[in-house]
Amino acid sequence: MPSEAELRLRERLAKLRGTRLLGGTGLSAELDRLQRQLDRIAAEPTDEEIWRSVELARHQERPYTLDYVDRLLIDWVELHGDRAQADDCAIVAGIGRFAGSTVALIGQQKGRDIKERTKRNFGMAYPEGYRKALRVMQLADRHGFPLISLVDTPGAYPGVTAEQHGQGGSIARSQAAMVRLNVPTVACVIGEGGSGGAIAIAVADRVLMQEHAIYSVISPEGCAAILWRDAAEARKAAAAFKPDAAHCLELGVIDEIVPEPPAGAHADYDAAARLLGHSLSEALEELEGIPPDELRKRRRARYRSLGVYA
Amino acid sequence: MRARARIAHLADKDSFSEEAAELRSEDPLGFFDLRPYPERLAEAELATGLGEAMVIGSASIGGTACELAVMDFAFMGGSMGSAVGEKFSRACDNSAERGVSLVSVAASGGARMQEGILSLMQLPKTVCAVEDLHEAGCAFISVLTHPATAGVLASFASLGDVLIAEPKALMSFAGPRVVQQTTREKLPDDFGLAEQNLRFGHIDMIVPRPELPPTLARLLRLFDDAE
Repeated sequence: MPSEAELRLRERLAKLRGTRLLGGTGLSAELDRLQRQLDRIAAEPTDEEIWRSVELARHQERPYTLDYVDRLLIDWVELHGDRAQADDCAIVAGIGRFAGSTVALIGQQKGRDIKERTKRNFGMAYPEGYRKALRVMQLADRHGFPLISLVDTPGAYPGVTAEQHGQGGSIARSQAAMVRLNVPTVACVIGEGGSGGAIAIAVADRVLMQEHAIYSVISPEGCAAILWRDAAEARKAAAAFKPDAAHCLELGVIDEIVPEPPAGAHADYDAAARLLGHSLSEALEELEGIPPDELRKRRRARYRSLGVYA
Repeated sequence: MRARARIAHLADKDSFSEEAAELRSEDPLGFFDLRPYPERLAEAELATGLGEAMVIGSASIGGTACELAVMDFAFMGGSMGSAVGEKFSRACDNSAERGVSLVSVAASGGARMQEGILSLMQLPKTVCAVEDLHEAGCAFISVLTHPATAGVLASFASLGDVLIAEPKALMSFAGPRVVQQTTREKLPDDFGLAEQNLRFGHIDMIVPRPELPPTLARLLRLFDDAE
């Protein structure tokens, strides 16, 4: 008996198959990818499996953005500062060489020990961080560098100064900037894709998600505190809003699940990086040669199609 | 202020013609907290007489044609789910099609948790709709009323050509309680309020409710002239 997830994916697949082959390779690559993804979600994840992903996504040994940068990019040059106010270390940004060409990369960065966690503010950016990301996006746009964005944050920082500096507006403007980019963009959720803080840098042509990453509108604890009036009901909340990769794929929010080593990304950084690198370069290859106007048009159409209503 | 009353207050008499009134939210996740989501939706519709937390349609203000997108906090806290996102998106298209400005009135606590990740996707969806509207050369005036927090502030409501807030409207990305709990800081008295946002340069003006129709009328005339 096929799961509901499988049925919906099959439906998407059937629709794509029915589409007249316009651009040729791009579309058939998408067909291949969907077929592979279909094979991956043979069964809908159980509540226990969803919670396991929540735990693995937040595992303190999980590889962070710079762990992947070290393994995937050569000649990495990190860039600092938002050119207005500060250098927010919760977001890293820079340029480097990936799969033979120069790319720009942005991503949230968590800390490994107390000192670095404080410096990185647990991966929770201020408006300054989103402005830093934005200026590096624009740099990429000026020079025609593809953009890679790695998403890993519990959320944008909820603080007095962050609000005074315009947290909501900076998240909105960061998304608007990504919508306008003339270069191919790929985002991957590598840990926690926490709400507005995540989507601020995740509006891309291809959105990937690691097998045990989570992507959600609110944290399980936050949702439990509001709807169950008890943060301890986080497991129930997660089971209800389903932040796991398979459900995100089923809902059309992501395009591909990036496999992790069997015990999770934290168990083998090198293997996790190889798998991520493979998916990123494949995604960029698929986007190569699409004219900028077409990229922007498809990107907007994609996001404007998201939602379920009657 | 409820959506229907707001429209009556802003739009010229008998000028409002509602669009996409039939749109309803679905339950993509089979969401169940203490009660099923469809039950909450049905209850909200009964209580408010609205199909969703946003009403859109064509109208005129002070004689200038425009498109209106007005939220209603009484419908599940004005939360933004798929139907709200789609209605806003269509309001942008309708504006562009008729070559008129869009006026939105935000009143929302944020994204609708019951739709999970799809509610988060309404942020980029509405952002894309605004981009399309701007590309069509139309103006967008965003009015922020109490409250206009989280998801709406982090998306379309912050992207107007002109941002207008009502006095004392709370317009913070994170709510005061969350900030208090996370940081244990003492919050300033005007935390996240329109007045603070004006002081820090995030909005253009604070306009008391009786002044809103003439203010919008003047802006619409100015943008109309440019188009």
